[in-house]
Amino acid sequence: MALELYMDLLSAPCRAVYIFSKKHDISFNFQFVDLLKGHHHSKEYIDINPLRKLPSLKDGKFVLTESVSILSYLCRKYSAPLHWYPPDLHTRARVEEFMAWQHTAFQLPMKRIVWLKLLIPKITGEEVSAEKIDHAVAEVKNSLKLFEEYFLQDKMFITGDQISLADLVAVVEIMQPMAANYNAFLNSSKLAEWRKRVELSIGSGLFMEAHSRLMQLADWDFSTLDPVVKENISELLKKSK
Amino acid sequence: MGLELYLDLLSQPCRAIYIFAKKNGIPFELRTVDLIKGQHLSDAFSQVNPLKKVPALKDGDFTLSESVAILLYLTHKYKVPDHWYPQDLQARARVDEYLAWQHTTLRRSCLRALWHKVMFPVFLGEPVSPQTLAATLAELDVNVQLLEDKFLQNKAFLAGPHISLADLVAITELMHPVGAGCQVFKGRPKLAAWRNRVEAAVGEDLFQEAHEIILKAKDFPPADPTTKQKLMPRVLAMIQ
Repeated sequence: MALELYMDLLSAPCRAVYIFSKKHDISFNFQFVDLLKGHHHSKEYIDINPLRKLPSLKDGKFVLTESVSILSYLCRKYSAPLHWYPPDLHTRARVEEFMAWQHTAFQLPMKRIVWLKLLIPKITGEEVSAEKIDHAVAEVKNSLKLFEEYFLQDKMFITGDQISLADLVAVVEIMQPMAANYNAFLNSSKLAEWRKRVELSIGSGLFMEAHSRLMQLADWDFSTLDPVVKENISELLKKSK
Repeated sequence: MGLELYLDLLSQPCRAIYIFAKKNGIPFELRTVDLIKGQHLSDAFSQVNPLKKVPALKDGDFTLSESVAILLYLTHKYKVPDHWYPQDLQARARVDEYLAWQHTTLRRSCLRALWHKVMFPVFLGEPVSPQTLAATLAELDVNVQLLEDKFLQNKAFLAGPHISLADLVAITELMHPVGAGCQVFKGRPKLAAWRNRVEAAVGEDLFQEAHEIILKAKDFPPADPTTKQKLMPRVLAMIQ
């Protein structure tokens, strides 16, 4: 039975899993769970992952969620080259440190930019205040500053001379605000150069392919947004006010 | 200089590391970083962790932040019993899955519950609206239920039949709202039974020792204005 990966490439964690799997020729069925059509709320998907989040992995009867866990699982099961998750005690610790830090420091602020600058206006028809957007942008800039100063420093990649899971997870997260036309790589040439290196390591074709749905999000016809999804979003927005 | 662990047992992730190190007989120097005095913001501490957070580890010249990374470092270096972070592919994945999930869910809820219920009003002298508190406690309730329904289910421990890093991280998180007076185990016999198993596996004395400070959180004296001013921006960022 083939590996099943439940994903929508609009989601950064899905892109990390997709890129890693493709890069290592891991054979899998791409189970497309369309976030815009609300497929993550379908009975079929809830049976796989009651948390209704992406990505999920299904390997025979074994179901696994959380991209960081999925990436480690794939690394170990398919014996990926060691530089992806180095065995050296200190180097491995740096990967794990980044993977832990990024949940709150990267994922949340990067997602917020897309919500505030693109999704909320498109879905509700209301613009978000400049103050809120400025605050979100400041948060992203702060996280990127910490990323450069603490994690990347003057190295080619986070762990040194070779790409690892940390770079993959970082790059897909920093790409997320592109959907809202916010290019976080403009902040520094160091960041832009690192991105180029990561992209080349992955393969430009694969990198572009993984990001094409994200890059087209702004052109999507939001009037066709699934009503359940729209309702859930409106509820969330009301709660966060 | 041997292993140094920079901790404040007021902090949930610090408690997990403290318990883990003690339980496994890992020799370390405890360097207390007093959070309510703002010691984590000192220049001296930023030499250890430029991110100015606890826990932090210093092993010779090597420094490390992030509790999950620190727990894994200790696991790899000190060759602890397998059940903490099993070699088995799927068993390990279950532990990783919980450790990843908890950052933005249970961890966040437990932190906000403590701050909204106790630390803001009592320590910082900042009132919290009943609506804010109610929303925070409702969110906590959702995440505690997820812990039980998705992760624990009918198993003895979160990742299987034996205690692992996942249980240690989860229990130390839950003791945060317990310290704030929230009865998270009430009406949850399965979770309460799990809590007792975890405490027994860790050792009652060690468990109580690690949680002495958080259980007294309600009695912290109010912060003086200077300290309050120093702490506020980072507190607000931390709990958002």
